[in-house]
Amino acid sequence: MLVNPQFADIIGRMATVKRGHRQAEREAGREADLAPYLPWYRLMVTARRFEEEAERAFRRGKIGGYLHVYTGQEAVAAGFLAAIRPDDIFFTAYRDHAHAIIRGTPPDAVMAELFGKVTGVAKGKGGSMHLFDVARGLYGGYGIVGSHIPLATGAAYALRYQSTDRVCLCFLGDGAMHSGSFHEPVNLAALWGREGLCPIVYIIENNQYAMGTSVERSTVVTNLASHFDAYGIDNEQVDGQDFFAVKSAADRIVAQVRKTGRPRGIEAITYRFAAHGAADLFQVYRSREEVEAQRRKDPILLMERRLRRAGALDDERVEVIRREVEAAVAAALRFAEESPEPPPEALQTDIYGQG
Amino acid sequence: MPKMGDAMTEGKVLRWMKRPGDRVEVGEALAEIETDMVNVELPAEETGTLAEILVAEGGVVPVGSPIAMIRRPGEEAGRHVPSGPPAPPSAAVPERRAEAAGGTAAPGRGPSEEQIKASPVARRLARERGIDLAGIHGTGPEGRITKEDVEAFIAGRAGAPSVPPRSGAPTPSTEEVPLTRMRQTIARRMTESKQQAPHFYVTVEILMDAALGLREQLNKDLGEKVVSVNDLVLKAAAMALRTFLNLNASFAGETVRRHPEIHMGFALALPEGLIVPVIRRCDQKGIAEIAREAEDLGERARQGKLRPEELQGGTFTVSNLGMFDVESFAAIINPPQAAILAVGSAQSRAIADGGAVRAAHVMKATLSADHRVTDGAEAARYLGEVKRLLQNPTLLA
Amino acid sequence: MGQVLTYRDALRSTLIEEMDRDPAVILIGEDIGVYQGTFRVTADLMQRYGPKRVIDTPISERGFIGAAIGMAMLGLRPVVEVMTWNFSLLAADQILNNAAKVRYFSGGQVDVPLVIRGPNGAGVQLSAQHSQSLEALYAHFPGLWVVAPATPADARGLLRTAIRGRDPVIFLENAALYGTKGEVPDGEFALPFGQADIARSGKDVTIVAYSRMVNLALAAAEQLAREGIDPEVINLRTLRPLDRETLARSVRRTHRAVVVQEQWKPFGAAAEIAAVIYEGAFDSLDAPVERETGADAPMPYARNLELLALPHERDIVDAVKRTLYRT
Repeated sequence: MLVNPQFADIIGRMATVKRGHRQAEREAGREADLAPYLPWYRLMVTARRFEEEAERAFRRGKIGGYLHVYTGQEAVAAGFLAAIRPDDIFFTAYRDHAHAIIRGTPPDAVMAELFGKVTGVAKGKGGSMHLFDVARGLYGGYGIVGSHIPLATGAAYALRYQSTDRVCLCFLGDGAMHSGSFHEPVNLAALWGREGLCPIVYIIENNQYAMGTSVERSTVVTNLASHFDAYGIDNEQVDGQDFFAVKSAADRIVAQVRKTGRPRGIEAITYRFAAHGAADLFQVYRSREEVEAQRRKDPILLMERRLRRAGALDDERVEVIRREVEAAVAAALRFAEESPEPPPEALQTDIYGQG
Repeated sequence: MPKMGDAMTEGKVLRWMKRPGDRVEVGEALAEIETDMVNVELPAEETGTLAEILVAEGGVVPVGSPIAMIRRPGEEAGRHVPSGPPAPPSAAVPERRAEAAGGTAAPGRGPSEEQIKASPVARRLARERGIDLAGIHGTGPEGRITKEDVEAFIAGRAGAPSVPPRSGAPTPSTEEVPLTRMRQTIARRMTESKQQAPHFYVTVEILMDAALGLREQLNKDLGEKVVSVNDLVLKAAAMALRTFLNLNASFAGETVRRHPEIHMGFALALPEGLIVPVIRRCDQKGIAEIAREAEDLGERARQGKLRPEELQGGTFTVSNLGMFDVESFAAIINPPQAAILAVGSAQSRAIADGGAVRAAHVMKATLSADHRVTDGAEAARYLGEVKRLLQNPTLLA
Repeated sequence: MGQVLTYRDALRSTLIEEMDRDPAVILIGEDIGVYQGTFRVTADLMQRYGPKRVIDTPISERGFIGAAIGMAMLGLRPVVEVMTWNFSLLAADQILNNAAKVRYFSGGQVDVPLVIRGPNGAGVQLSAQHSQSLEALYAHFPGLWVVAPATPADARGLLRTAIRGRDPVIFLENAALYGTKGEVPDGEFALPFGQADIARSGKDVTIVAYSRMVNLALAAAEQLAREGIDPEVINLRTLRPLDRETLARSVRRTHRAVVVQEQWKPFGAAAEIAAVIYEGAFDSLDAPVERETGADAPMPYARNLELLALPHERDIVDAVKRTLYRT
């Protein structure tokens, strides 16, 4: 088997998180009732199918600008979103379609936003990188790498200041960790957390590459979770392709954060099957073999296997879900296609709240 | 034609790697596409048979255009590769127009008017007064004509450069009295009026005995001496305008603007100058009402307490120098009005009436009229009507 | 009803009133708490409201200004102090890419009731990095309000409106103004944005200024009055929104305008103000609009050079005379 040095390192890192994987299995139990997780499986399948159709729509010229799909990383978003309450909030960067869909935003409205239609979640004025669904706790959707991390940190402070026990999740990529936009607010989070005033979980979606630059070429300390040590923030790593491992860790961490109001960091080791974005045609920074090997650890397949073993899924159910998801995404495409564009007046609305 | 980059609007089919009739599998390379940045292979999105090639090698089409048809197994011919209409209009083939050599036609250099330097407000003033900028000397930088330059020109001072406004020590016996604002305004407006409106003059003599009698009667009835001859003249002049609407008008270039209502100004001499308060809808008011209003306006004018709207909006003016025993005079039209009526005093004179000589009070009234708006015959007929009303004053009530 | 207060006290008392009134109002900044604030605008406030509401931060503008934006999105009303506006550049991405735009690209799903305040403009010999006047940068961005109070009354009125609003406000103070005194109305006095003040009525020329330059313009006006010229001085109060109506109405009457601004002439605030004047009063102008600005150079340290780099009373007087063709 052809192995390039980068690839070997990834395997190595995966091995260190097997511990979490096994713990999750023990917690979940081989024969335990995994049926409650079927909705999350379905949402992950929906997110996957959505991303595939979004890419096709992009190639056809229906979606403009940038398109960053989450294909291969679904378990990270699902595992954490399954662990929070409806009144909790979360921020992410621009690879945000799956987060919205898994949280429950209708795929219709998400696709319409990608198509730039007035029926989109942001009335067509944000696009792929700026998905907001404040009613469901999704506060964006941001285009500048790392730029949302200070916002999430302040938002967490506000939650405690307002005497609630709501929690804030902040998803970020490995590429964001070297920006001042990461270090400055994380330091503030630790300081405020000392007073119990910063109930935030920083979730590093380490998909190994910041566009074309691997983690190895971005930092000397490739154990990204350990970067939180510098700020005195408890941290850990988890196998991001294993939904149950993520969910198990998330439950524990979210409970802790909710109780103490102190921030936590977690590095979810995952992989991006698709290119970084629409223009990343050749993916010269990694080999096809590496991608192929990673696809064997497809989080949806892994979850499907677990669910089948536990009797929650079988061929028929898988097929039913597949067909229903297909139909839902097709309907979303049609909805987006048929929806109108924003009216010309919309150019000048939502700039100010007053005046 | 797939979109391979966010800014890509069109692509070229370089080479087809399959021919119609070939089987294709999902993911198999169908064609080589050239985009603005790179060449890529286009993978098939469906498994089936390549039914038809729609764009030949070398063809350039917009993103989103169909370039081939694949028939799925078991399908009849005629199924399109779904691609939908191309993206919104902005994705149309970008026009690579050659840059027009040189500029497009430069705005034609107009006549010399363009080359005269003048500030915007100076231009506007000149335009409003119908003055040619070419005749004004500019004292601003590089000969720019300023507002002051135009105002100086209008005020009638010689625009010739040799007469700077403030220079030269006055000779011992000359006194330089600065013009008040009011005087400046009068100077400007009267000059303007004489320069622009071609004046002509028509005079009639009016027998005023009956009118004087009416005045006395009215004052007795009212219990106070409030009605004056001028009030009667105002009423008569106003009523007569109803029949001669053309004189209740203004010259407006291409048209004569006839005013729907009759607002009579009457000239009032103040120590500092002349003002013209206005009695609105004068033709509809009774003589006593006119008298009272005129007295009130006059009083407040002397106190300087008139409101701006009481000095504006007049459509016709009456000027009366009767109190100075003047026999007759010709007034200057108050722009933008079309005419002004100047009356002298009602003097006791001998007249010939029915072959015999008798004494009567005779008043001369002179109409100055704007020949752009009216002519002698109409002016004469108007005066005839004024005369008729004053000589039959019961008609004035 | 009012009292005479310093600009600083007008700010501070307004902060106290607003914090007493609404628990959502909190303060964030460097050395605003224990140190009492570099310019003492927040003196004793940590003592009064506690460290949860008056947050001292480490030196990390991007972090704490971004955090303040996040707090605002979740319903708090943060008032951030930047020690000087020069330091705001470190947080430019947060202010310009997030605060100004998040309402828009979320399709109106969030408010950003945030005030960022602090001293703007040159001090005395603070050199190039500490002397900048950044209004032209911030006023360029839709989504922000940019205000520059010149008097203690302006300070109170505009700060109150800023705190109670729903949008991010760039609140530009000036170190030289903190100690100036003026009559400040009592009660819930508030000034709407976009309403300039005629600081001095006149008929011969309109001098337009904001912030510290207003006092300079008034001094120049006194000098001109002694020479028989009667200027009108407009204190703009806010730059975005700009009171176009007052500007146009004034210049239509006076026929001349001089715009005064610190800092560099190219692409500065005076350029926009002049353009607005041309748009509103072109046919009334008797001379081109003059701009009196700082020199087009980084601020030097040497005092003599610094003085050359800033506008002065006599520059304004000369500019006025140029518009009257009296040079």
